[in-house]
Amino acid sequence: MLEWRDRGFVLAVRRHGENAAIVELFTPAHGRHAGVVRGGSSRRLRPILQPGAELEATWRARLDEHIGAFTVEPLRSRADLMEDRRALAALNAVTSLLSFCLPEREPHPALHARSEALLDALAAPDWLVAYLRWELHLLDETGFGLDLTRCAVTGGREDLAYVSPRSGRAVSREGAAEWADRLLPLPPCLLGQGPATEAEIAAGLRLTGHFLQTRLAPALGERPLPPARDRLVALLAQRR
Amino acid sequence: MGEATREIERLIELMARLPGLGPRSARRAVLHLVKKRAVQLAPLAEAMQKVAATARECVRCGNIGTTELCDICADPARATGEICVVEDVADLWAMERAGVFRGRYHVLGGVLSALDAMGPDELGLPRLAQRIDEEGVTEVILALGATVDGQTTAHYIADLLEGRASVTTLGQGVPVGGELDFLDDGTIGAALRARRAV
Repeated sequence: MLEWRDRGFVLAVRRHGENAAIVELFTPAHGRHAGVVRGGSSRRLRPILQPGAELEATWRARLDEHIGAFTVEPLRSRADLMEDRRALAALNAVTSLLSFCLPEREPHPALHARSEALLDALAAPDWLVAYLRWELHLLDETGFGLDLTRCAVTGGREDLAYVSPRSGRAVSREGAAEWADRLLPLPPCLLGQGPATEAEIAAGLRLTGHFLQTRLAPALGERPLPPARDRLVALLAQRR
Repeated sequence: MGEATREIERLIELMARLPGLGPRSARRAVLHLVKKRAVQLAPLAEAMQKVAATARECVRCGNIGTTELCDICADPARATGEICVVEDVADLWAMERAGVFRGRYHVLGGVLSALDAMGPDELGLPRLAQRIDEEGVTEVILALGATVDGQTTAHYIADLLEGRASVTTLGQGVPVGGELDFLDDGTIGAALRARRAV
């Protein structure tokens, strides 16, 4: 019998039969891992098995290729986010993007730590830059990271203002010259420069969205990005 | 196996697919029905046949009835200017059992979900918006589950209907007969945030 114990948070829950549920967890040591939770659709377990909720899980299976079964203990609920539409939309975007992007059973401890920190940050008002940085980190972890350290044209580290939509490398104002309108604006908040304005957040989401859409999604078999991210972007635009 | 036995086996197989029944319980139920075929099996078969022939979704609210408009939509006394939005017909029936709401309903047939590819169009939200205007609705009560998907849908509908009707949602907290010791953290938190003066 194979068995491990880890803590993680819920990415997705799908009903399985009458009482059980197939739950996808994101754990530091086992990555995105699915398993059956017996009684997972019951009145007792349903409140615990909500996306974002943190659990202590024990996974058991007879063979490694089996889906296996989880027994879970609640550690922390994120029910407090349900009243805040923006935070809830971000929670949905984070969990559905992780479920969409990550291969099963591949550990990503750094991404797990960042994701958990972001979910914690959603309870406070200023999480937008943290969300943008998290999307950058997600691209990085999945092999489509952007290089925002120096200009792809001049090699300089000053006045970086654009990103090439092809290479994902930063371009300075000087390097961009007459090509600036073909490049994606790089909001200064992604370089750690000052507080982010709403326009910068929008530009940042367009930037990360471009690479999620044109690089990551095609590599995963041309599946469309989860609508939860689009809903977050639409909600943020509407509130401006 | 004789023809008659095959038919009974087929009935067991069909019954076993019903929620709450498995092969063993279906077998027990069929045996019971066959033993009391005159008083239970025949009326049951007749009732099922009638429902199969007449059951349909209400064109207005999505409730299940036997006519184009369900009894609730057809009743002029229920035109109170309030619409209660529920996820499923089972939720509508639960509200009706409680007997505390006298307005009309709107059944979404699901909630926004990335996993199940349920978007605003699949939920018939444009139809809900249309009803607000057509029926002179003043209040929309969102009676959706206190789940991440349920509340995401509630926020989405509230945004969609902003300025067209007052949008309210059910309170969340300690259930009747509930004891704090047995409640999950989320419910206790919601109850505390929704506390009121006594």
